[in-house]
Amino acid sequence: MMHLVSESITYIILFFALYVEVFFLITYFEFREADFVKNATGQGRNTSKFPSVSIIVPVWNEETTVLKTIFSLLKLNYPKDKLSIFIVDDGSIDDTWRIIQRFSRNKQIKLLRKENGGKYTALNYALEFINSDLVGCLDADSFVHPEALKRIVTKFDDNEIMAVTPSVKIFEPRGLLGLIQKAEYIFGIFLRKVFSYLNALYITPGPFSIFRRSVFDKIGGYRHAHNTEDMEIAMRMQKNNMKIGNVHNAFIYTIAPTSLVTLYKQRLRWVYGFIKNAIDYRSMFFRPQYGNLGMVVLPAAGFSVLSTIYFFGSMIFSWINSLILMIKEISTVGLSFKGFNFDFFYFNTDIIVFISFVAILGTFLIIVTSRGLAEEKNKFGFDSILFLMFYTMLAPIWMTKAIYNVVFAQKTKWR
Amino acid sequence: MEISWKKYAYTFLITAVIFITAIYLSNYFSQKKINEIKNIESRIAVDILASETQFSLLSELSCRDIGSSFLSKELAILGDKLAYTEQNRGSDDAEVLNLKKYYSLLQIKDFLLMQKVKERCGSNQANNGLSVMYFYSNEGDCSDCEKEGFVLTKLRSDYPELRVYSFDYNLDLSTLQTLVSVYNIENKLPAILINDKVYYGFKSVDDMKKALPMLKEIDKQKAKEEALKAKQSSSTKSI
Repeated sequence: MMHLVSESITYIILFFALYVEVFFLITYFEFREADFVKNATGQGRNTSKFPSVSIIVPVWNEETTVLKTIFSLLKLNYPKDKLSIFIVDDGSIDDTWRIIQRFSRNKQIKLLRKENGGKYTALNYALEFINSDLVGCLDADSFVHPEALKRIVTKFDDNEIMAVTPSVKIFEPRGLLGLIQKAEYIFGIFLRKVFSYLNALYITPGPFSIFRRSVFDKIGGYRHAHNTEDMEIAMRMQKNNMKIGNVHNAFIYTIAPTSLVTLYKQRLRWVYGFIKNAIDYRSMFFRPQYGNLGMVVLPAAGFSVLSTIYFFGSMIFSWINSLILMIKEISTVGLSFKGFNFDFFYFNTDIIVFISFVAILGTFLIIVTSRGLAEEKNKFGFDSILFLMFYTMLAPIWMTKAIYNVVFAQKTKWR
Repeated sequence: MEISWKKYAYTFLITAVIFITAIYLSNYFSQKKINEIKNIESRIAVDILASETQFSLLSELSCRDIGSSFLSKELAILGDKLAYTEQNRGSDDAEVLNLKKYYSLLQIKDFLLMQKVKERCGSNQANNGLSVMYFYSNEGDCSDCEKEGFVLTKLRSDYPELRVYSFDYNLDLSTLQTLVSVYNIENKLPAILINDKVYYGFKSVDDMKKALPMLKEIDKQKAKEEALKAKQSSSTKSI
């Protein structure tokens, strides 16, 4: 009976997972061509038509990376009189404030300082001083590609577009975790593209998402939003029928956590934030008036957390079972090597094998496509292999803890 | 916000087609495996029938003519494959039950044939008359059956000449029930029948060797052969 229940759950989950994968792939290839043609024609515009842009850089104890972040902004290929940078020191207790003083005479840069109150308060504080056409944010652990802003700005030619998201990549990925995250972020570039085609972007990433200034006038400033203000603002925009676009070749490079502990903390904050925001915005789930976001993307995101945990749980369960069996065997007859049996008869030919095969094939297609979007040299890399091998084992760790925290009302911290 | 219900439906269709194909493929291969088992069973049946016929045809058959091929070699392979199938399809699967019944009958026939050989030619023929009859249960009432299974698998791989006949005690097969009553095997599993003597409860590899002294003989012989080999190789090296 238990076996039947778990088997049914597995197939239902597999069906939905496959449905979502097929849906995303169909969507991508449905819109791709039209989108690429449109992008190509949008290049080469008159300088006088560039909108004014303000970039907020909220900093808190970021003495080591803040300079690089600001220099990358100054190197942006964008008319200088149209671009201003607001650095908000959110009550740093290290040397950050002193270090950024070197820009005090730079006309493009304005330095602001306030008492520590969290990232969203720093953003809102800077917004008070800003009245440019567009406004964006760049975390002090990220750097921009020189052409990123120009590419993003063209998207605002469409009057309906209220915000534009870039493509985020890992800055100089190192080590096992760095490579896994590199592949993960590249995978994310595909998803963001598909979500934008579906008009279902529900995150405007902290690094360099650009908004029309009017967005904040209409729906208010940033909120604490369980430490994931970049997700909440996007969901609030979607709820107010504001369109969010994506420019996949506007590249932003962000420094990835290098240790498992910092990665765990970051992801715990993200997943916890997602679940809490999803609960806050639950009225958008399965509501046709919120389009693909309400009907597919948000439910799929929630479902992916649960299904990842379910599969991880059943994997651990079956590992423990075979381990117990192995221990029993060794304790009964000692260790003996049986050799491999390559008889076709013993190949697993369950339904799940064939479906997993198709699902993995789809994942390969997504990886190859996303690497194309990310302008990577190789269509498939060592990092993709590491990602496929290890990500499904890493993610359930913070996902499980995030669910635990939500259920038992434990709050996550930024650091 | 616009929704393309048509696309939702198409996606559902594609996903369903993938699922149905997967189910079809899985069934196809599963049927292929069942057919393979059936083929092995019929091959064994022919083997046994051939040996039996040979045996009765030439009542004067010289014991020397009974070679190693007299008894079917595929019985153990069949047992493994059947156990694997049972694990995958479940022990209540009708097809599995049928195959298992047939397998049990073949084992009994093979056992009887071996007994006949043993009677006429002594235990030195065919497979040294080495055989074990093992009764188990899959119904969760036999906690030691799993362990006993490991022991017998180990013995079978160490001593290919040992014939292990395994029977599901609860299998609904009248011939098997007759066998159980002939040897008076009680429902205290695992039960092992060696040379007309029934042993109940878990028996380790050492216990089994005690009950089957022939295995110890084989061990000794192997050790001797190995020592001889070692000697030979060391003498060739010194040359």
